[in-house]
Amino acid sequence: MLELKSITKHEREQAQVKDITLSLAPGKLHILLGPTLSGKTTLMRLMAGLDRPTSGEIVMNGQAMTGVPVRKRNVAMVYQQFVNYPSLSVFENIASPLRVRRVANREIKQKVEGAADVLGIKEFLHRRPSELSGGQQQRVALARALAKEASLVLLDEPLANLDYKLREELRTELPRIFKGNGAVIVYATSESAEAMLIGDSVTCLHEGRIASTGSARSLYDHPNSLVTAQIMSDPPLNTVRIKKKGAILEFDGDGRLHAGSHIETLADGPYEIGLRPHHLSIGAPASCGIDAVVATTEVTGSETIVHAEFMGMRWVSLLHGVHALNTGDRISLNPAPDKLFVFDETGALVVAPPGC
Amino acid sequence: MQKTHDHKALWLVAPALLLVAFTAVIPLMTVVNYSVQDTFGNNQFFWVGAEWYREILQSDRFHAAFLRQIAFSATVLAIEIPLGLAIALSMPKKGISVSVCLVLMALPLLIPWNVVGTIWQIFARVDIGLLGYTLNGLGVDYNYTQNVGAAWATLIIMDVWHWTSLVVLLCYAGLVAIPPVYYQAARIDGASRWAVFRYIELPKMSRVLLIAVLLRFMDSFMIYTEPFVVTGGGPGNATTFLSVDLVKMAIGQFDLGPAAALSVIYFLIVILVSWAFYTIMTREDFEPSGGVR
Amino acid sequence: MKLALLSSLLRAVEMAQIDLNNIAHSYLAAPSSEDDFALKKLNVSWQDGGAYALLGPSGCGKTTLLNIISGLLQPTQGAVLFDGADITTSPPEVRNIAQIFQFPVIYDTMTVYHNLAFPLQNRKVPKHEIDARVRRLADMLELSKYLPRKARDLSADEKQKISLGRGLVREDVTAILFDEPLTVIDPQLKWSLRSQLKRLHAEFNHTMIYVTHDQTEALTFADQIIVMSEGEVVQTASPQELFERPAHTFVGQFIGSPGMNVLPCALDGHHISLAGHTINVGCNVTLPSGAECIELGVRPEFVKVTDNNDALPVTVEAIEDAGRYRIARLRFRGLQLAAILPDGAPPPSETAGVLFDADNVHIYADGHLVGKRA
Repeated sequence: MLELKSITKHEREQAQVKDITLSLAPGKLHILLGPTLSGKTTLMRLMAGLDRPTSGEIVMNGQAMTGVPVRKRNVAMVYQQFVNYPSLSVFENIASPLRVRRVANREIKQKVEGAADVLGIKEFLHRRPSELSGGQQQRVALARALAKEASLVLLDEPLANLDYKLREELRTELPRIFKGNGAVIVYATSESAEAMLIGDSVTCLHEGRIASTGSARSLYDHPNSLVTAQIMSDPPLNTVRIKKKGAILEFDGDGRLHAGSHIETLADGPYEIGLRPHHLSIGAPASCGIDAVVATTEVTGSETIVHAEFMGMRWVSLLHGVHALNTGDRISLNPAPDKLFVFDETGALVVAPPGC
Repeated sequence: MQKTHDHKALWLVAPALLLVAFTAVIPLMTVVNYSVQDTFGNNQFFWVGAEWYREILQSDRFHAAFLRQIAFSATVLAIEIPLGLAIALSMPKKGISVSVCLVLMALPLLIPWNVVGTIWQIFARVDIGLLGYTLNGLGVDYNYTQNVGAAWATLIIMDVWHWTSLVVLLCYAGLVAIPPVYYQAARIDGASRWAVFRYIELPKMSRVLLIAVLLRFMDSFMIYTEPFVVTGGGPGNATTFLSVDLVKMAIGQFDLGPAAALSVIYFLIVILVSWAFYTIMTREDFEPSGGVR
Repeated sequence: MKLALLSSLLRAVEMAQIDLNNIAHSYLAAPSSEDDFALKKLNVSWQDGGAYALLGPSGCGKTTLLNIISGLLQPTQGAVLFDGADITTSPPEVRNIAQIFQFPVIYDTMTVYHNLAFPLQNRKVPKHEIDARVRRLADMLELSKYLPRKARDLSADEKQKISLGRGLVREDVTAILFDEPLTVIDPQLKWSLRSQLKRLHAEFNHTMIYVTHDQTEALTFADQIIVMSEGEVVQTASPQELFERPAHTFVGQFIGSPGMNVLPCALDGHHISLAGHTINVGCNVTLPSGAECIELGVRPEFVKVTDNNDALPVTVEAIEDAGRYRIARLRFRGLQLAAILPDGAPPPSETAGVLFDADNVHIYADGHLVGKRA
């Protein structure tokens, strides 16, 4: 169990972190999710002991770790860049942390081969890292972290520099790789899809503070704030400030939305509405929705992403199938009334759509 | 006490610090001590305060030596930095010719100072030196022991020959570190050769250029061995630079007090000018074409 | 309205078609075998004003091809034609090509304004014209407030916008080449930059060629995508076609997330036998003679999980939750396949059945799509 107790770190060059309290259980994959400069890497450096927090305490299994130097902690770290020893073979690369600990040769061989097997790089053990592809090099770095049997494994966007397809492949393997070795595993990423697919628990970071913590699904269905909803949405969430008047939601430029039954009971007044792009459908012009003009469309083969404009506001709609829409076409945007998220003016969640 | 960073590393630095203290700080303090006292021998010292400093700073001899030193450094920098840059730019970037060029460049740097002096002292002699003899044979009135211009030219050419390589190697290291994508982008942007130099190469090399300028300034400002060996400070006092003058004063005349005062002044000048170079060249809006010549 | 102004400014611009005739490239001085070629022989023709993408994994030769078009590299064989004129040996500066690289390339000591103006200044464009273009472009890229600042003081994505701006600032370019330009950009920002690029394309009507390994970027940007693998073009098609009719199992697996299920099968007249289980997909295929490896390809989107008795019995190994949809990882007698469960569908029990959408089942012989007859 790794516990951070009101950790704060002031930095001049890097992102700051402010008042972070977090407890991370072993045997689970914990995601730190947030955009660049949200403090993911700073927090990981603090966990590793590479930096010392300005204030706060770090406790590992009941033992205060705040002042203990890195080399006395049992930590493994994998970075975005492929960091391997270029002059050592893959075998020696994986074995290096064990050599430092003076583990017996037989045991090293066993552990290295075990880790290489899990990561599917057994056949490359005698090669040099430079003879491997990017994906394989990152597998070597992961195998080293695995073989070390560290009690804390930190993965800082390990897939970011890989090709799309390799990323997909390793992403499905990752939970399996580190499950069951009893370590606390922390994984930083800026992509919500990764967080959804591999994380047991997700911590959303925003400008150095924790925006929310919970299971990926609960954060997706019930984001506690607008910020969390935006971090968990890919493609980005549609948002609009509205004034509720009974069953109608009014917004700038004579826009009107129908309130779903989960919203109708709320007190009238100003709110901010969030809507995921796949809950915004498109109809023929002059039906009951928002009359908008198509700005651009993107076709992914199975889906069409429509960027439409209404009174200077940008709406994004994600449709199944291929739809031929041209720039300048007049369309009607139909938000699904029972899929609206409602936030108050401070950005806190008022009500989430039911049945998620 | 809690600490994340290991202070054990300090022990590794300690011997070096101690060594520096013994070899630099303590002798410097001794010099400072001498510079404020007078002696008539017998280890008897009298406190004279800033008297020696006043005397040195007002003396024509110091002014002349100082100007000569500044002129020498300025000339040497003005030749070596652009020349070094030019050579580095024209060096090959890949292939076997790279190592050949690098070795050739490094050769002069491997020769000790006094040997360089001796080589040039002989090379430029009118009677037996290849250079001096040839020049005179061609009708040029060249004699570095009699002619002030010839003496200066000999020293400057010698220094350029000896030290331009250093600038070349530094600049070359800076050049090869520039990612090729910058050159590609410049070609596509239609940039001229000059624009590539001005907006890509020079900005990316500004750090190594700073080091080159600082090193060459400090070194040329404190030059001693070569003029001592080649010209001995002559003809007359024409090549008596600050360093040469200092040694004459301290060892030739045994004026320890004034010599010590001169040393301290000398030391401060070097630090001051180096600091000035550093500040100018690391300024945010430093425009290389305006700052370095 | 700014866009309208700018585009009227560009109307008069001449456009060009790009042809690559029998291009091949090897990085070796004397290539002896086919394997020595990083880029195997290919023919491509790009129309004026189109949006194209070169898609493939790293090392597939797409960057090599891009550098051949821009003139940074001279092909070992073949010719590059711009509007019919052979420019194979011309250097990049005379080709009127703009290129945007993976990492932001900016001139550190210049201001943002000067950075954007640089390609025009080099071409001796009159000052007032430069000023107008730079300011309009900065406006569109939301860089206006940074114009007087030193370029090196900006963040990575702003720097990349400057690189984009330098590519777009010239009105006379034959084509704009993008070499994985969104690599350093945050996911949320990628969405907006991508649609910005698309809008710029619609406005300027430049021919744009976009190189990437990211299927989403390629498919959303381009009208036509060239999928490459190991130095060869595997398929050239629209996003829809690549999704619905992949010409090669590589395309099927590379495009889509997760990629197409490719399952070894046997063919017996109208029936397909999958590890001993016969399924009827209602089609008639004629295999090419000598085909060794027959495979069935079906995208996870067209695999339906049901309780139907006729269905292929599978065990559910895992359910991955991507938020908007879920991926079911299934197994049938040693074959692994994936299915996409639509939003709101109930989670399947441990053993379930799957049905394939007959229209979207494809048969591949030795990797290549075999035509179907109804």
